Parts: sequence; structure tokens; C-alpha cells
Amino acid sequence: MSRFSSILVANRGEIALQVMKTARLLGYRTIAVYSEADINAPHVDFADDAVCIGPSPVGESYLRADRIVDAAKQTGAEAVHPGYGFLSENADFAKACADAGLVFIGPSAKAIELMGNKATAKRRMIKANVPCVPGYVGKDQSDEKLTAAASAIGFPVMVKAAAGGGGRGMRLVHSAADLQTALRSARSEARNAFGSDEMILEKAILRPRHVEVQVFADAHGNTIHLGERDCSVQRRHQKIIEEAPCPVMTPDLRAAMGKAAVDAAQSIGYLGAGTVEFLLDATGKFYFLEMNTRLQVEHPVTEMITGLDLVALQISVAQGDPLPLSQDEVQLNGHAIEARLYAEDPAQNFLPMTGHIDLWQPCQGEGVRIDSGIATGGDVSPYYDPMVAKVITWAPNRETAIARLTTALDKSLLFGTRTNKSFLKAILNRETFGKGQVTTAFIAEEFSKDDLKPPVLSETEAMIAAVLQYEEARTRAMAATLGVNPELANFSSTGHLKTDYRYITQGVTRDVTVTATEGRYVVICGETRAAIAIERRIGPETRLRVNGNVRLVASLIPDRGHFHMEHAGQTFALRNEFDFAAAGEEAGGGGYVTAPMHGSLLEICVAVGETVTKDTRLAVLEAMKMQHSIVAEIDGTVTDLLAIPGSQIAAGDVILLIDPATQH
Amino acid sequence: MPVFQSRISTSSEAFSQNRQDMLSLVADLREYEARAAARSDSRKARFDQRGQLTPRERVKRLLDPGMPFVELFNMANFLVDDPNPETAIPGASMITGIGFINGTRCLVCADDSGINAGASTYMSVNKGLAVLRIALKQKLPFVHLVESAGANLMQYTVELWANGGGLFYWLAKLSAAGIPSFVVLHGPSTAGGAYQPGMSDYVIGVKNNGMAALAGAALTQAATGEIADERELGGTEMHASVSGLVEYLAEDDADGILICRDLVERLDWNRNAAPLPQKEVSPPVFSPDELAGAVPIDYRVAYDCREIMARVVDGSDILEFKPRFGPATVCVQARIFGHSVGLIGNNGPLDPQGAAKATQFFQLCDSADMPVIFLNNITGYMVGTEYEQAGMIKLGSKMIQAVSNISVPKISLYVGASFGAGNYGMCGHAFDPDFLFSWPNARTGVMGGEQAAMTMDVVARAGAARKGQEITPEVEEKMTRQKQAIRDLFEPQENAFYSSGRMLDQGIIDPRDTHKILSFAIETTWEARNRTLKPNSFGIARI
Repeated sequence: MSRFSSILVANRGEIALQVMKTARLLGYRTIAVYSEADINAPHVDFADDAVCIGPSPVGESYLRADRIVDAAKQTGAEAVHPGYGFLSENADFAKACADAGLVFIGPSAKAIELMGNKATAKRRMIKANVPCVPGYVGKDQSDEKLTAAASAIGFPVMVKAAAGGGGRGMRLVHSAADLQTALRSARSEARNAFGSDEMILEKAILRPRHVEVQVFADAHGNTIHLGERDCSVQRRHQKIIEEAPCPVMTPDLRAAMGKAAVDAAQSIGYLGAGTVEFLLDATGKFYFLEMNTRLQVEHPVTEMITGLDLVALQISVAQGDPLPLSQDEVQLNGHAIEARLYAEDPAQNFLPMTGHIDLWQPCQGEGVRIDSGIATGGDVSPYYDPMVAKVITWAPNRETAIARLTTALDKSLLFGTRTNKSFLKAILNRETFGKGQVTTAFIAEEFSKDDLKPPVLSETEAMIAAVLQYEEARTRAMAATLGVNPELANFSSTGHLKTDYRYITQGVTRDVTVTATEGRYVVICGETRAAIAIERRIGPETRLRVNGNVRLVASLIPDRGHFHMEHAGQTFALRNEFDFAAAGEEAGGGGYVTAPMHGSLLEICVAVGETVTKDTRLAVLEAMKMQHSIVAEIDGTVTDLLAIPGSQIAAGDVILLIDPATQH
Repeated sequence: MPVFQSRISTSSEAFSQNRQDMLSLVADLREYEARAAARSDSRKARFDQRGQLTPRERVKRLLDPGMPFVELFNMANFLVDDPNPETAIPGASMITGIGFINGTRCLVCADDSGINAGASTYMSVNKGLAVLRIALKQKLPFVHLVESAGANLMQYTVELWANGGGLFYWLAKLSAAGIPSFVVLHGPSTAGGAYQPGMSDYVIGVKNNGMAALAGAALTQAATGEIADERELGGTEMHASVSGLVEYLAEDDADGILICRDLVERLDWNRNAAPLPQKEVSPPVFSPDELAGAVPIDYRVAYDCREIMARVVDGSDILEFKPRFGPATVCVQARIFGHSVGLIGNNGPLDPQGAAKATQFFQLCDSADMPVIFLNNITGYMVGTEYEQAGMIKLGSKMIQAVSNISVPKISLYVGASFGAGNYGMCGHAFDPDFLFSWPNARTGVMGGEQAAMTMDVVARAGAARKGQEITPEVEEKMTRQKQAIRDLFEPQENAFYSSGRMLDQGIIDPRDTHKILSFAIETTWEARNRTLKPNSFGIARI
């Protein structure tokens, strides 16, 4: 087989970028594919060549195997790297690539298919003596059979869609009485999501750790493992923080799990990078969960403790080269942790957020690696996974790695969309995590709704924000003049001028008065009074003295009146209420009903002429796989429908108009 | 680089005494100003109740944070309606000054409706007229935040009405000159006041509170018998949709001010004007802060005016013009924040040589297009046979002629005395200076009270001698009483606070701010002189 020299990456975001970076480093030509929404995305910008493969929705672009194969042909690409997600575990895609004469950088279509079905995979693993969770993987899917099997396993049991993943089609059942209902809903969900309602049952391992082993196999019969990753910090089966090594790992356990993982891979003739996921219980017993036949999101932690570049290894293996190291040569060094930064709002049940990225400034520092696929000036679009970056730190020991990660999160600035940053920091701060005692139940057990509330701006923060806004306003005004002596800044001939600011966060109002005096500001917020001086500004960062104490903040003004501020790792999107007029009737009040976010308008529930009252459901918007009801804010009569059900609409688009009911 | 050698020691007893004296006067100034603010703010609850901002809050919202603001006529009406310095309120119920709105230098005028509902004081019309003239001369967009009860009928004077027409005359002149005017109608503006919005280019009316009518409901009823509804008669909602007087309807005070700021920004007023040349500037070697202390507050104690100059010019670097000729009159060239200027100060009365030197200096400055700064500490032109014969009248007249006719910016400061014709030669009130501010220790008048008393005494004694009257103890006592009466007539009127109350300057400043005020004034005049307007014949007509 001739060697390939160009690689098309059938993905987007940070992983597309990471794959291309490695590929370029190794001398390959890199080709990106992109949807219409991603025309200016960083991965497109980076690539040597890029092809648009269709409209923004994934079904019309990144999931279109045919268009990707066409793009490869069109650009003369010789190999395809699928990244993770999208088509990375799609056997048909692997096959289509092979059929088109492209090298698919991954395992065979057969291996993908086999591991893609939980039932067949598990049957295969049992045969290969890989420890599996006791359960039922039979072909008989009758209710009677499943009920009997569940009783035999013993409750609680997990009901899982055989074709499933990502927590969908999965139910935890505590008693026989609940089984029917759980089966019904899980089947329906699975049918919709995966086109198959085949179920498997497993004994529910309560409060396990999620520990996975990275394996690598070449075409010369060598299969090795690169140690494990602990991915127990999960929310609804979604990994949030991953680390390597697992805090409770012992050499013996690692050897046993590593062997099981290698056995699993070898039993199916695996090629390339794969991950064998296990549940590890409190007694040190582990059970096969599933095998991911691709690169994982969290692969960087393995790279950081092994010093290997897994993408480079994937490419090398795909070229037919033997693995460059044997099992004995794999060395695990230090500790690495990854936190996934999502554009989402923890307070709104982790609702994915979209927005314009006013600033993305990843932290740089010793032992810090940040993989991201966003850039300042870009957008977080509603079409794709809201993960915007992976913040990874390495240190000789776990404690330092955690400390570095906390700092790296603090020092990574993302303005323009809400993120889970403070949630990530809260996790790192928990004693359970610090002690390395996290199980998959950790988030549910330890985080209440209150813990997820966004922060309230403190008085000191409000005072700092006001001073920074004051200076920004002055700078802007100065720039608009024909030239004013800078020494006249803050000068008033009849004593000091005061400027008022009002910020509202979580319903808490902070009224601030800023008075500029010689060399510093006297700022009052409620009963608090502070002298604030700005020491220096470097880019978005400002070093201030608040009553003599040093404070560091980062800030940015995306547009007039609005103000992004980051202080002590908390990000605030603020506006000075005094810069905005009272909402008048001409501004629409509650009469203009607009889309709260980008999405697809599923339904308009009212008709022109219909009388509505406050909280009447007006329309349903589907965004980020969730359905959001839009309700009336006022009483009145619907006068006009301006959006078309079934169409895509942007945040702020008017959906319909309500003529407010008059009081008399 | 002739850096001035100061002879003042800031650790001397004299300095500390002078400083204490000066700061005590500055404290008086701040107390009077605060009195107006406190009086106005005492009505805050009422404003809150009506959903309004107080006048000072309006001004704060209107102006750019941190941009310089120089108030004009801060002392207007002080000791006029109320002669008692313990209770008199300065400001004439208006807050006026030059500041910035979205980077545009503007003349801002706010009715202080917290004081007697913004009703006119004796000096209010004059203050309005004066700021309109400044706006025209300095080519400044004019923003008026209107809320006034109008004239208090109980204090009606015919001249208030007659002069009041000028407010509209000058608005018409502004509009015709191509200088935009803005009104935010926060509250009532009735009778003559209704022309305030009527004559302005842009009117922003605030809902519910804003109101303009030639006659309010009461006068309407008195005049025609009609019982009218105030809002239908002159409410901003009506004017926005029916009469067409209001261009922009605002939800509330804050909204009205935001609209006004937006409108000013949309003017893009600076787009065709050349930016100010940027120069390297070195601050004065001697701190401007020392201006409180460097000089005595009593003009009768002589000092070197170059001590003041050295504390306001760049690098304290002054080049004296003809220092050996008429040395009592000090003319220097220097820079203030990079701007080349001529400064004139007084180290004694104006004598023939000094007057001749000053005349030549003014002409040189005019020819070189350099602003002239007049540091008034002048007791007058020299008198006596020797000086009369030397042509004092002729030379003094030439100096006054030159001051009157030079076309460069003239910026006057009363830093000490400014008496008699000396005031004229040093560009006093009547000589149309672009800016004229007083230090709180300044004394002005035709002559000093003591001098006037002595003059009267000499005249009386000469008269008695002519008539052959004997100066009996009774006559002596009568003459002493008369001297005292003259002192009592003159001395209160000399006081800076008194004359500033009568608007014979543009306000009193803290001497320590002199450096900044001069810079601000120079920049303002520079902008005006570098701005080309687009005038029209009739002003903008509201159709």
C-alpha cells in the first residue's frame, strides 16, 4: 500500500484543529470540511484546503458521509481522520472511505460495527473473558423475558438501548414494578434516537468510578495500553472532568485492567486508538462497559502523562507502521487533569448557550495545555456541541495539577457567552474531588440547585466594574474630541463630578457612585466606601488597588453600555442600567414576542385574533435538542404572526405580536 | 530655556499664611456652591415621586464621565435677590457650563428646578443670555434641560420681560449660524418659556412631566375662560403627535437625556474640524497647587506676577518681552499645554512705558495668532503731572484700543486688584474676553474704597477752604462719617463674590485650578476658531 501524504479531517472545533496541527507537524497536507455556520471557524482558517459540505445543521453537513467523501476526492485527500463524535463511530462511513480508496484513520468498519452495539459487544467480551457487568444481552426482547432476566440479575438494574450512547435510551430501575414504564420510555427514546429499540439489562453498579483504558493496536499484531483515565465526574453520563492516572489505581489493578482492555481489542482484531471503558466499584472489581472505537475527547490527559501524541500514533498506525514502543516502554509520568469548558448555563439546567465570542484568551503557563476550536470574533453557534475548550494541566502530582487547573481556568478569559467555568471550579474545590473519592454519583449527590446559581456581583466587584466603565467611557469620549489635554481628565471647576452606575445580577441591585479625585476614585456602593486606583492595564487585564489591596480583573466592552468582567474566576456579563432607557411602549414591552435563542421554530400555538393572558403558551422553539416553550408576558390579543413554523430563527427574531389589553 | 527662578519658599511663614487665607476663601466658594446644591437636592423626594431625576442628576447623566466640565457663572445672582451672604444662594437657579457629550464640546444649561421650581431670579435672564452668547462665540452646540416655573409674578420687573426676549433672539442667531440647539423638556415651560423649545432645533419631550404652553391652564382660563386640561393643552405627548413641537418623545428623564446624547453624537460635530495639534508638554516646574500660598490675598501687598505665570505655563518657562522697558508691566511669551500664548501681568500701575509696551505686545500676539492671557492685578494707570505730560491718556487709550480690537482669544483672570481704567486696559468685563474668571480674593471697582473716601475727603476740605469754612470738630465728625459712608458703599462692591453675583465675570475659581482652566479655555477657543460652520439665513424652521 502506498503511503498517504494528505489528511482530510471530517470534523470541526478543537479536535479538527488538534488533528491538523499534528498532521502539519508531521508534514501532511491538511484539508478541512465545514458547514455554512463554520465558514470562518478556526479549523477552516488553519487548514491548507477547505471544502464546504453543506448547511449548518449536522444532518446536512458533518453527518453527510457522501459529501465528505466527495470533498476528499475533490481535494485529492488520501486519508480521512474522523475525530470524535459525528461519523467517527459510523461503520458505513469507514466503509465508504475504504470504498473510495481513502485510508480511514481508525479501526475497521467491522470493529466499529461490532462495538457499536452494546449487546453484540458484550456477548463478544464475555467470550473473550473480559469481565462484564452481570446482565442480559439476549435477542429475545419480549417483556416477559426481560422481566424474568431483571429479577434474575436482581434490582436495581440498568435498562440500556443496545445501540445507544450518551445516556439516551438508558434508565435506572429500582424495582420490578417500575420496569414496564422504564422499558416503554427507553424503547421509544432509543427508537427515535438510534432507529433500534433493542434493550440490554445490566446489574446497576451504584456509585462506581468510570475508569477507561487507552489502547493502541497496529497492523503487525501489537496491542498495547497507555494506562487509564478516570472520568467519574459526570453529569447525566456526560463527562466533565477527566484525569490520568486514576487516583485509586494500583500497579496490580492497572495491569489487570490493561490486560482486559488489550484482550478486548485483540479479540476483535482492533486497529488504531481505542478506549475500553470500565466501571470500577469500591472493592476494586471492574466491569466492561463499552469500547469507543475512536480518539476520546479526554485523550490529552493520556498524552500528557505518557509524552506521546496519540494523533501522531494514529497516523503512523494507519500508514501501516508498527507501534514505536512496546508495553514495557510505556511510562506514566505525573498527573494530568482535563476540564471541559462548555458554553452552557448551569443555572438553567445546563442549557446550551450561544453567542458572539467577544474575547477568548486561553491561559498560558507551565504545565497548561488548552485545546480549543474558537476564536475571538467568532460565534458559538446553536448547531454543534457546546464544548468550547478543554483546559488541561499536568504536574508531578495530583494536588499541583488541580491547583494549576484552577488557575488556568481563572486565567482563561471567555467573554460573550455563559460558561460552566464556575461550576468546574466548584468541582475542583470539593473535598471529595480533592481526596480523589469521586464516583459517577458525585455531581448528583453533592451539587444542589443553589450551588449552580450564577454569582451575585459583590459590592467590591460592582465598584470595580463602575470604575472601569467610567474610565472606558472617558477614553471613548476623549477619542471623539478634537483633542483635550489629558491632564483635564476628571477635572471639574466646581468640585468633583459624580457618576452613577447600577448593576443588577440575580435580582440584586448594586448602586454605585464614582467620584474621581486626584489619582484615585472614591467609590460608594451601599454602605461600602472604597478608594480605587488603577495601577496598570495590559490587554483586557487590569491591576487595581482597592483600599490598598491588589485586585486583578479582566474586562471588555463588547458594545456601549455592556461590560464583561472576570474577577476571581467569576465571569459577569453586566450592563449599567442607567445607560439604557426605560422600556417604552414603542420598544414593544411584552407585545413583541422574540426568540430567546437560535433554534428551529416547531410550532406557533396561537392564531391571529386570539386572546392570550400572561403565561399562555405561544410557541415552541427547539434548540440544542431541547424544546423551549415561549409564553406570553402580557395579556392581550395576537395581532400578527411573523415567523413560520418549521423554520430556523435567530435569537431576537420576532415571532409574533400581541396588542396589549387595555385596562379600561 | 529661561526657567523662572522663584523667590518663594513654600516652607515660609508668609506662604503658609497666604495659603491659609486663600484656602479659607476657596472654602467659602465651595460652601456657597454647596448651598445651591443642597437647596435643590432637598426637593429630591418630590422629584422621585414624579419619577424624575433631579437637575444635578440630569447634568451628570448628560455629561461624559471623567471629561472636564467648567461651570460658567457659578456665582450668578449671589447677593442680588438676597443680600445676606449667610443665606444667599448662587447660580440664578440654573446650572451652566461647558462640558462634553459623547466627546462633543457643548454648552450645557440646566434649569435648577429644585430651587423655587426653577423660577427666574433677577439674574436668570442675564445668565441665559450670557451663555447663549458664549455658545455662539465658541461655536458650541447648546443643550438646555428645561423645567421652569417661569417668572415669579410677585417679583415681576419690566426689564425681566424686556430682556427675556433676548433668550429667543440668541437661539435664532445660533440656529442661523449653524450651531444646533437641543431642549429636553423635563417639566413645564410655559408662557415666554414656551419659546425655549419652540426656538430650539431639536426638542425631546419627556412623557407625563414635560409641558409647553403659551399659557398654562390658569392663564388660559383667565384670558379666555376656557377650562383646559394641562396635558391636552401642552403635554409632550400632544406636542409629539398633534402640534409637532416635540421631535422625540422620551419615556422619562433618563431616556430623554439618552436621546439627547445620541442626537449630539449623531451630529458628528467634529468630523470636518482639524484635530488639535499634539505637542510634548512639560508641566510647570513650580506646582500649580502653590498658587494658593504663592501670593498674598491682599492686593495692597506687592508681589511679582511672574510667580503666578511660572505656576501656569509649561516648564515654568517664560521669555519676557522688553523686561527693562516699563518693567512694572510684565509681558511674556510662554506655552500652556503646548499652546503658544502671550501673558500680561502687573508688578505695579500702568505707566506710559508699560502701556506702550503692552500695546505693542498685544499687536504682536494678534499678528502671530496667539491667545492673550490677562492676569489682572492692577490698581490703575499712573496719575500725576509727570505722567499726564508723558502722554498717559494717549498711551493708555492706545492700549485699550488694542485690547478692544485684537481678534485672538482673550482670556482674563482677576487674580488680585482690577481697578479703574486699568481694568479696561487689562481686558475686563466690558472688553468681551472669551473667558473671564476671578480668584476669590479679587477686588474690582472704579477705585479702592479707601482711595474713594480719601478723594472725597480732599475734595471736601478743599471746598471748605474755598468757602473759608473752619473745620470745627462737628465738621470733622461729619467728614469722618462721610468717609465711612463711602467706604461702606465701595468696599462690599469690590468683593469678588459680590461682582460675580452680578455676573461681571464668568465665575469664581479655585486658584489652584487656574492652570487647568486656562488649558480648557485655550482649547475651547482653539476649537471655535478652527471650526467652519454652515450658516443659513433664517435658522431652522420647525414646520
